Amino acid sequence: MSHISPTIWQFLVKWMTNFALFPPEASKIAPQMDALYFFIALVSLIGLTIVILLVVSFSILYSKERHPNAVQIEGSTLLEATWTIIPLGLFLVMFVWGALIYFRVYTPPANAMNIYVVGKQWMWKAEHEGGQHEINSLHVPTGRAVQLTMISQDVFHSFSIPAFRVKREAIPGRYTTVWFEATLPGTYHLFCTQYCGTNHSQMIGDVVVLSPEDFKQWLASSTSGASLAQDGERLFASLSCAACHNTRPDARGPSLANVYGAKLTLTSGQAITADDAYLREAILNPSQHITQGYAPIMPTYQGQVSEEGVIALVEYIKHLDSDYRVQQTTTTTDLLPEGGGKATPAGPAPAAAGKVNP
Amino acid sequence: MPDSSAIDHGAVTTAGDAHAEHPSYQRHHFETVEQQADASAFAMWLFLLTEVMFFGGLFTAYLIYRNWYYPAFVSASHQLNVVWGTLNTVVLILSSFTMAMGVWCAETRRRRGLVLCLTLTMTLGLVFLGIKTVEYKEKIEKHHVPGQHYSLQSFLDPAHDEAALAAGDKPLALDMARHTEIYFSLYFAMTGMHALHMIIGIGILAFMIFRARAGAYTGGHVTFVENFGFYWHFVDLVWIYLFALLYLISRHQ
Amino acid sequence: MNYLTKENGLLSWLLTGDHKRIAILYLISITFFFFIGGALAGLIRLELLTPQSDLMATDTYNKVFTMHGVIMIFLFLVPSVPATLGNFFIPMMLGAKDLALPRINLLSWYLYVLGGILVIYTMVSGGVDTGWTFTTPLSTHYVNTNVLSTGMAVFIAGFSSIFTGLNFIVTIHKMRAPGMTWFRMPLFVWAHYAASILMVLGTPVLAIAVVLLALERTIGIGVFDPVKGGDPLLFQHLFWFYSHPAVYIMILPGMGVISEVISTFSRKRVFGYTAVAFSSVAIAVFGFFVWAHHMFIMGISNYAVLVFSLLTMLVAVPSAIKIFNWTFTLYKGSITFETPMLYAFGFMGLFTIGGMTGVFLGTSGTDIHLTETYFIVAHFHFVMVGGMLMAFLAGIHFWWPKMTGRMYPEKISQMAAVVTFIGFNLTFFPQFILGTLGMPRRYAAYPPEFQILNVFSTAGATILGVGYLLPVLYLVWSLKYGEIAGDNPWQATGLEWQTQSPPLTENFTELPIMDHEAYDYEWLENQKTKEVASAG
Repeated sequence: MSHISPTIWQFLVKWMTNFALFPPEASKIAPQMDALYFFIALVSLIGLTIVILLVVSFSILYSKERHPNAVQIEGSTLLEATWTIIPLGLFLVMFVWGALIYFRVYTPPANAMNIYVVGKQWMWKAEHEGGQHEINSLHVPTGRAVQLTMISQDVFHSFSIPAFRVKREAIPGRYTTVWFEATLPGTYHLFCTQYCGTNHSQMIGDVVVLSPEDFKQWLASSTSGASLAQDGERLFASLSCAACHNTRPDARGPSLANVYGAKLTLTSGQAITADDAYLREAILNPSQHITQGYAPIMPTYQGQVSEEGVIALVEYIKHLDSDYRVQQTTTTTDLLPEGGGKATPAGPAPAAAGKVNP
Repeated sequence: MPDSSAIDHGAVTTAGDAHAEHPSYQRHHFETVEQQADASAFAMWLFLLTEVMFFGGLFTAYLIYRNWYYPAFVSASHQLNVVWGTLNTVVLILSSFTMAMGVWCAETRRRRGLVLCLTLTMTLGLVFLGIKTVEYKEKIEKHHVPGQHYSLQSFLDPAHDEAALAAGDKPLALDMARHTEIYFSLYFAMTGMHALHMIIGIGILAFMIFRARAGAYTGGHVTFVENFGFYWHFVDLVWIYLFALLYLISRHQ
Repeated sequence: MNYLTKENGLLSWLLTGDHKRIAILYLISITFFFFIGGALAGLIRLELLTPQSDLMATDTYNKVFTMHGVIMIFLFLVPSVPATLGNFFIPMMLGAKDLALPRINLLSWYLYVLGGILVIYTMVSGGVDTGWTFTTPLSTHYVNTNVLSTGMAVFIAGFSSIFTGLNFIVTIHKMRAPGMTWFRMPLFVWAHYAASILMVLGTPVLAIAVVLLALERTIGIGVFDPVKGGDPLLFQHLFWFYSHPAVYIMILPGMGVISEVISTFSRKRVFGYTAVAFSSVAIAVFGFFVWAHHMFIMGISNYAVLVFSLLTMLVAVPSAIKIFNWTFTLYKGSITFETPMLYAFGFMGLFTIGGMTGVFLGTSGTDIHLTETYFIVAHFHFVMVGGMLMAFLAGIHFWWPKMTGRMYPEKISQMAAVVTFIGFNLTFFPQFILGTLGMPRRYAAYPPEFQILNVFSTAGATILGVGYLLPVLYLVWSLKYGEIAGDNPWQATGLEWQTQSPPLTENFTELPIMDHEAYDYEWLENQKTKEVASAG
């Protein structure tokens, strides 16, 4: 084998070691999606086989040598109905099956652990609630639903984890979300799949799936000293938000305690639920998001707060209970999987009591 | 539009013997004059359909944004001058009338009448563009042209703005005021595209007047005048919609 | 005397109103751009031979794939069959002397050339790196390459396409020979009719999207800029409102070619003529309501996804109908295997794969994993290159004797067809696997474990390149040395075959009267018997 060039040899070795024609299944949704994938593949294969078999056998049976005189046939309503209805039926099965999976991928469960992701040319920044920041990597635990709330600072990006079979575009100007539950510890590819300019192909990273214990350790060792909500608290103070948003009876703005998840009525009469997207809009474009009973005096913070700042503020507001203080959480263990109830509140804040001063 | 069935022009069986009776303006690849006229009219309608799709994209964008940023669109529309707008609408409707008269003149072979009508149409078209220029000039002076020099003054401080004051505007919050730029973007894109169509139309009118003086359209071959008539009426029609959408519907809250 | 020899000199070509000469002008120009686009594809494949971005810098790579996309889509695929074969044969098939609007036809070619020149200017003056989809706000605020000149090229080429489509519709409505009823028209004409509707109604929306894009980029009007309250998704909607139907603009005329070829070489009327005709129209109609399936993961509402996914499934059905109808056309035929037929077989196989993988992407669930990866690249290359280009080559070979009066050399062209088929599969099939593994599209560099499949793909591209060069060589050769073809070498039934090759400028010596159904081979036999009788 010595005459084979080293490059080709290298290929062969790599080919052997990476003999994988299918990506690993490392999330809960992956096997479900693959089932559909193989179903469609099977139907395609059968369809293709039928077409090839028919074409080949007709070509042999009715070649000019064997069959010099063609028999003119107008058509056959029965046959045509068959190959209209059968494919239509199959396509509809795929449609329904696919839609079920689609809704599953983009409907996060209420108790999911939230991680913010900001895309920018050309890197991914992930921000955990405990204040752990990552660039071009994402650490997640197994066995825990993780929701990504994503936004882009500049152009369209797309956050893709092939091993999890999930992907969502991070677009400028609005939050998008996706969720997954990792099942298999390991390191997987993270790609930006929406073309985003010069270094698009370098906007890649690793998704590291850890066991819950390892993840706890990782959180503890990667903390930046302040949780995301505390960053938000600082920003809240420096922007003097509390001048209006406070609990005093004569406050010019609505109190923000317990506002997250609450149902609000706006001056326009519209009823909305205060979620991440609403809070972001209310900071950047306040005039369309004035709570009923308040004057439209809030200035816009568009251009003054970065997307990461907005995330910190949103996170702070999420954790506001009665008092406008966030507990020092350098040890972030209470964000952990086993304490499901203590994690991100899905309802009106009380679940976050553990992190807020009594 | 009636589709002339294929058999319609089947009367002529061979190209050879029909040639003798062809009028000079019949193009060689048509069998009959009617077929030629039919084909060009049909082509014009199809072209207008593409124009509908072209403006349709802009109208859709306008309606979506108006829905999102209603207060901004109301305040911004108060900056348009309804008097000029109405005047322009009248001018265009008049020009449509003169154009229709022109087509009639061509059909009834009145050369001088045709030249007169076309000249009037062109003049009215120019008057329209003149008025549009005055309006654009106002916008430039008030820095209402989107881009770097865009000014929010009229919307943040309507008390010091005549048009806003007249309409009784309340000051907009900064974030909403910013969205007036989208209104003006669409205003300029829509009226600009419309004006471009007017300019092209006026160019063709000039060419037609030149040819009409030589009697080109009064010898029975009126397809060109008729088709241009379709185009001109269509451009007028687009303006009627623009006038309603941009000037009128947000007038009163 | 024929349309080629009637007048001589460059001006007689550049000012011609003859649809056949304009078709030839188009054929030369699209071939030119096809090879530029092909060379760019070669560069892409070379770069992807290794995982690192080593042959060229990433921004060069980005420019290369952008130009590849722009050229192949707007300057090759959209005009390919309609502007050449459609232009040449629709009037002849209908028994007309020319398209309804010959001057508009010539104008359309000049607009195409102008668009082409702008694209070349763009390339020479530094290129553009937005991707052919011009995604905002990347294209409006973040790249500093020639977006404007490319946009203008697309705008102008778009009008060229509108005029072609408009001309076809008018011709089909108004220029049919006596007796040529709608359901006696060849399916090639039906397919072009459907494609023309898409051209006429879709392209203006692209035009307005490009105009707004240009305004956004030059003066910053804010319509697509989230900072100013604009919505970048609006651009996506406007862009795909054209660009999805554009896919059918590209494939429908190809399907028309396949109907002609399969019928001719199995000497049999197309099975279920009406179903095939209506399926073209159905594709055109449904084709307008599926555009948002390009945006499933962009954060449009889940319910919009439901609707668009369902409609996408519906648009897949007419394509399936066509495939089965073509297959059953072979049944009890009398089949010969000349080059056009080989290409048509290739088309059926590859288009079936391309169509079925489209279902993977139209199914909203699997789309999440597969979109924006090499799976989608492979899918649309199977449809566009495996489908449309195969159909184009089938058509060129099929009608070459009519267009030039000479036969192409059969043996070598059959070989080229086989080489193309093999090269194509080797190039693009591995990309399905790459996509499933998750390799993103538009990457200049990629993780090393994807290399082996990329090497296969590049190797296949080399073979494919040979497969495409061969026809150019032997077809040019045949212009001088090919056998004289005769009027109807394939014994086909279309009116275009019932006149001399190459045809007269007027197409027919006397106005034909259509007194039989389309694909009536018995009529053809009777004609021949009559001729023999009258000669005897």
